[in-house]
Amino acid sequence: MFWGVNVLLASRSWPFARLLVPVIFGATLLILWQMIVVRFEISPVILPAPTDIAAAFMSNLPTLWVDFVQTIVRGALVGYVLGCGIAILAALAIDRSPFLQKGLLPVGNFIAALPIVGTAPILVMWYGFGPSSKVAVVVAMVFFPMLVNAVQGLKESDAIQRDLMHTYAASYWQTLLKLRLPTALPFLFNGLKICTTLALIGAIVAEFFGSPTVGMGFRIKIEVGRLAMDMVWAEIAVAALAGSGLYGLMALLERKLTFWHPSQRRG
Amino acid sequence: MRRAAGAVLPILVVVGVIIAIWYAAAWNMNRHWTLDQAERRGVEITATELFTDTMWQERPRLPAPHQVAIELWNTTAGEAMFRERRGELRPNPRSLFFHAFQTLAPTMLGFVIGTLAGMALAIAIVHNRAMDMSVMPWAIASQTIPILAIAPIVIVVLNAVGLVGLVPKSLISAYLSFFPVVVGMVKGLRSPGAMDLDLLRTYSASRAQTFWKLRLPASVPFLFASLKVGIAAALVGTIVAELPTGARFGLGARLLTGSYYGQTIQIWSALFMAAICAAILVSLLGLAERSTLKRMGLDR
Repeated sequence: MFWGVNVLLASRSWPFARLLVPVIFGATLLILWQMIVVRFEISPVILPAPTDIAAAFMSNLPTLWVDFVQTIVRGALVGYVLGCGIAILAALAIDRSPFLQKGLLPVGNFIAALPIVGTAPILVMWYGFGPSSKVAVVVAMVFFPMLVNAVQGLKESDAIQRDLMHTYAASYWQTLLKLRLPTALPFLFNGLKICTTLALIGAIVAEFFGSPTVGMGFRIKIEVGRLAMDMVWAEIAVAALAGSGLYGLMALLERKLTFWHPSQRRG
Repeated sequence: MRRAAGAVLPILVVVGVIIAIWYAAAWNMNRHWTLDQAERRGVEITATELFTDTMWQERPRLPAPHQVAIELWNTTAGEAMFRERRGELRPNPRSLFFHAFQTLAPTMLGFVIGTLAGMALAIAIVHNRAMDMSVMPWAIASQTIPILAIAPIVIVVLNAVGLVGLVPKSLISAYLSFFPVVVGMVKGLRSPGAMDLDLLRTYSASRAQTFWKLRLPASVPFLFASLKVGIAAALVGTIVAELPTGARFGLGARLLTGSYYGQTIQIWSALFMAAICAAILVSLLGLAERSTLKRMGLDR
C-alpha cells in the first residue's frame, strides 16, 4: 500500500515528492520492524522494537549527550578537522614537486586501502585513554583518503587555463586561490564526505580499546555486556544522526560552493 | 624500461624516507625505557649501546622495522602451516597464514554477497523511479551509520541466535562492500549518453536489450573501480568484526591478543599481514580489470 503511494508520488513531479518519498519508505521500514518484533515475539535482547529504542533514547538523554560530546565533539570532530586540514596542506606541498607526487600517491593509495582501524590499540597505548588517542586514530584514518582526493583535485585545472593565468602574470598564490582551489573543490568535498563516516568509526572503535568511563564506544561495550540492547540501539541512533548530520552539512556546503559543477545539475 | 624505472624510483625514495622516519621514531620512543633500566641498575650507557638496545627490545613501544620483518618471517615461512596434534594434522595457530585465511574466507564470502546485492539494487534503481527515489537516500544514510563501530554487537546478537563462524563476519563485510558497488553501478548504468540510447531506440531495441548490450558493458569500468574500494572495505569489516567476540583465530584476534598482552611486535606483524592481504586483493582486481577492459576494447 505504501509502495503504491510511493510509485504514484515518484511518477508525478511534485516539488515536495523528493522529500516525501524517502520519508514514507523509511517509515514503512520502521513499521515493518515494529510489526515483526511484536508478531514473532522476538526477545528484546536480540532486536528491540523501535518504540523501546525511542523510550530508552528519551529516558537517557543526559547520558547520551555526555557520550556524544566526549566521542563526537572532543574525539571525532577535532580529529576530522586536524586530519583533513593537515592532508590539504600536505597536498599543497606535494603539488609543487612532481617527484613527490609520483612517489607519494601510490603509497598513499596503498595506505588508504589498509585497515587503519587496526592502529587503534597501538595509538591508545601511546596516548592513553583520553580523547587525544581518539583524535590520533581519527587523524590516521582520514589523512590518506583526503590527501589522495586533494592531490587529484589540484591537478584538475586545464593547462590552457593555467596558461591564461600565466599571461595575466598571476603569481603562484593568485593562481592557487583564483583557479586551482576552486577547480579542486568537487574533489575536496568528495574527500570530506568520505571522511565524515571514517572519523566517527575511528573515534568509536578506538574507545573499544580503552576509554574513560564515558563515551559512545565505552557505553556500547558496557551495555552489550548488560544485554541492554535498547540503550545500545539508542547510541547507534545518535551515531547515525551525527553521521548523517555531518555528511549533510558537507553536502550542503558542496551545493553552495560548487553550484557550477555538472554533477550538481538538477534534471 | 626507462619509464618503469622513472615510476619506481620515486616510490622507492618515499618508502625509504618512511622507513628512516620509522627507525628514528622507534629510537626516540623506546629510549626512555632503556634509560630507566640503566638508571635502576646504576649503569652509565654509551650512545651506541642505547641505540642497539632500542632496536632489540622485547616489548618496545614502537618496534623497529627489522623486528616486524623478522616476526613476519618467523610466523609465515618459519612456522609449519599444519602440525601434529593428537594423531591428526591440524592448522597451526602460530602460523600467520592460518590467521590470514581465517580472516580472508569471510571477507571473500561477504564481498561476493555484497557485490551481487549491490548490482541487483543498482539495476532496480536505474530501471524504476520509485526505487530510485526511496532507496537511494537510505543507501547513503545507511553508510553514515558507523557500522564498524556496531559490528561487535551484530556479531554478539547473531551468536545469540545461533549463527556462529563464517556467516556473521561475512554479513558485516557484505554490508560494507555493497554500498560502493551500488553507487558505482548506478553511475555506470547511467553513463551511456542520450545519443547512444537514441541509437538503440532507432534499432527498436527493448529495455532488456538496451540493458544487456549497452548499459551493462558501459558500467564495467565503474564497477571495477567500486570493487577495489569494496574489497578493501570488506577486509576492514571482517577484521573489526573479529575484535569484540573474543575470537581466537584471525588477524583481528591477533591484534586484540597482542594489545592485551602488550605484544607490540605481534600487533604490528598482524597489521602488516592485513596490509599485504589488502594489497594482494586490490592488485588481483586490478589485473582482472585490465584484462577485461582490454578484451572489451575499453583499455586506454
